Amino acid sequence: MAVPQGQGPGLRGPTAVFVAVFFLVPLLLVGQMSLSDWPLLAGDRGVNAPENYSDIAEGTLFWPAIRFTLLYTVIVTAVLLTLALGLALLVQESRPGAGFFRTVYFLPSALGLASASLLFWGLYSPTTGPLSRVLEKLGLVDDPVSFLGTPTSALLSTVFLIVWKFAGFYMLILLVGLQRIPHEVYEAARTDGASRGQIFRSITLPLLRPSLALCLLLCVTGSLLAFDQFFILTKGGPDNGTVTVVQLIYREAFQRMDLGTAAALSIVVLAALLLLNALQFRGLRRADES
Amino acid sequence: MGSTAGQRGHIHRLVTTAVALLATASLVTACGSGDGGSGGGGDKAATATGVDDGTKLTMWTRAATRPQSEALVEAYNASHQNKIELTVVPTDDYQAKVGAAAGSRDLPDLFASDVVFVPNYTSSGLFADITERVDALPFAEHLAQSHIKAGTFEDKKYVVPHTLDLSVLFYNKELYRKAKLDPDKPPATLRDWDRQARAVDALGGGVDGTFFGGNCGGCGVFTWWPSVWAAGDDVLNKEGTEADLASGTAKKVYDTYRGWVRDGIVAPGAREETGTTWTGVFPKGKVGVMPMPSTTLGLMPKDLDLGVAPIPGPDGGKSTFVGGDAIGISATSESADQAWNFLAWSLGDKAQVDVVAAHKDVVARTDLASNKHSQADPRLVTINELVAHGRTPYALKFGQTFNDPNGPWLTLMRNAVFGDGTSVAKDNEAVTASLAD
Repeated sequence: MAVPQGQGPGLRGPTAVFVAVFFLVPLLLVGQMSLSDWPLLAGDRGVNAPENYSDIAEGTLFWPAIRFTLLYTVIVTAVLLTLALGLALLVQESRPGAGFFRTVYFLPSALGLASASLLFWGLYSPTTGPLSRVLEKLGLVDDPVSFLGTPTSALLSTVFLIVWKFAGFYMLILLVGLQRIPHEVYEAARTDGASRGQIFRSITLPLLRPSLALCLLLCVTGSLLAFDQFFILTKGGPDNGTVTVVQLIYREAFQRMDLGTAAALSIVVLAALLLLNALQFRGLRRADES
Repeated sequence: MGSTAGQRGHIHRLVTTAVALLATASLVTACGSGDGGSGGGGDKAATATGVDDGTKLTMWTRAATRPQSEALVEAYNASHQNKIELTVVPTDDYQAKVGAAAGSRDLPDLFASDVVFVPNYTSSGLFADITERVDALPFAEHLAQSHIKAGTFEDKKYVVPHTLDLSVLFYNKELYRKAKLDPDKPPATLRDWDRQARAVDALGGGVDGTFFGGNCGGCGVFTWWPSVWAAGDDVLNKEGTEADLASGTAKKVYDTYRGWVRDGIVAPGAREETGTTWTGVFPKGKVGVMPMPSTTLGLMPKDLDLGVAPIPGPDGGKSTFVGGDAIGISATSESADQAWNFLAWSLGDKAQVDVVAAHKDVVARTDLASNKHSQADPRLVTINELVAHGRTPYALKFGQTFNDPNGPWLTLMRNAVFGDGTSVAKDNEAVTASLAD
């Protein structure tokens, strides 16, 4: 669609204003904050650079939080994408009932993450939750289950919540990708005598790559920025075993009341994410070219 | 993927990601505060009772003390022209909410605060100076002094007590009878408590000896420290910059709790109890004896036969954590006289007796400790009398040291009780480092 000469800047205007107000200005403010001594309650007390940045690495939770966030990202991405692909393959064909199952799988995505986390927090609670009692009644366990009682069980319980919540969403993206693959390609392959496995490996997966790449990016970025689910389910515990990087930002700002260090951490996370995304894009593009 | 489109998509997505990330970052900026509010001077036109002229006032409180605040506000609105609109904020989010509002000058006219956080707010100038107003009250000297002290900064008073919340032992008399224990003899020492909890636990059938919030720093402060104080020891230095949480007495307390965990005397869920539901366990009637906030007494089921006793030390003595909320007028309020009208009324005889005491809560004035309601319920006398034996610890870095779920005190607590208890000295150093930060 061609834009008449001279109208370009006018049409770009609203976007430019939007980007300036909601992206550039906050970014500059965070940058300034990260260079200043800025207690939450007392406000800006002037530049103290680079103290906020050097404080970050000194925090005892910084490196464990990075390790944990990466571990969480790997687990969630692997489980989520595998499951989403499986679900998409299950419901891709228009068989009777496929629509019902598509809806059922997608339904949890309609819930907000905070609401879903609160729901699971209630289900997992050993004092008030029903889940442990149900397992006991069924005779599967003898003692009440402590879903959030150890760092490992807390991590797995959170992964379960996230998979339940997001599998349907990623399934939908992959489903769209699957349905974009022309039927003729499959028919040709079948005529040539290709097995189901061969079709999946040589046709479905390569042609699904753009959708998978999108899912991968969204999932990795989302997981690296994980906050709500851990804030509500574990508060970083037990024993500081589930502290994510964004939780550290929150903790600096609102527990330790140091907005300067929180802003510095935000900048570091922003830089890391930009770098990681650039690398991912480059990797994916190289794969496309090969 | 075409190269131009790919390039543009690439940049577009990078920007999208960056914008998404900035949502987090701007959360932080949005809360940046401007130049800190000044303490404000007492209004010269102020009278002891303030002004009641039909002004709409806003007020915040945290969920933990919601019933008390609601009762007071309801009674005030029913009898005054001023109308207060009360907002209850989840306890865990309260600090963040106040901090954000302080930055954007959106604080309500009145806001209550967990008394241990008050020094943060007074030292940052969030409250208006109410020294003259407080001193003009006819009963000024009888106000709970631990709260007044916490709200005094550089010799100026900024808050008055709003709700007093004391840690006391609740014990289930019915379970005591079943366990062949004397229901009129609650524990007088930590040893008694240990023996009685174990006796009740032996009943079995889903009954447990005791319970505590094992993943909740605030709960530990509130319920464990009184056992140390009861022995005459202290846990912090006067300036709140040094911890003494590895003393012999403190270790005896940890050892007792560790024994309960080891032998399964504690109801399930203690290990992961972050404080949200820790008071919901006792009212189910399946726990023998545990420390509870006094503010929950009025909320207990009518048919639960429960006794109240002071928290004892290892070999006797008694103490309590004088917690709860103090309340002040925000420095940015334009209706300070009207807001003071509520505060002055809330501390008066009528509100204290007919609202606070009637709800089985601790009165904010020592001269009203014995009133018609407490005389009818000896448990209230036990609690009211405890105020004199209790303490409110002071530390500027209290929240980040003791309440932070990722702070050093919770690590100490959990290592001491769920671990083998050998790291207490080392963990105490981390607590001191955080206090002196």
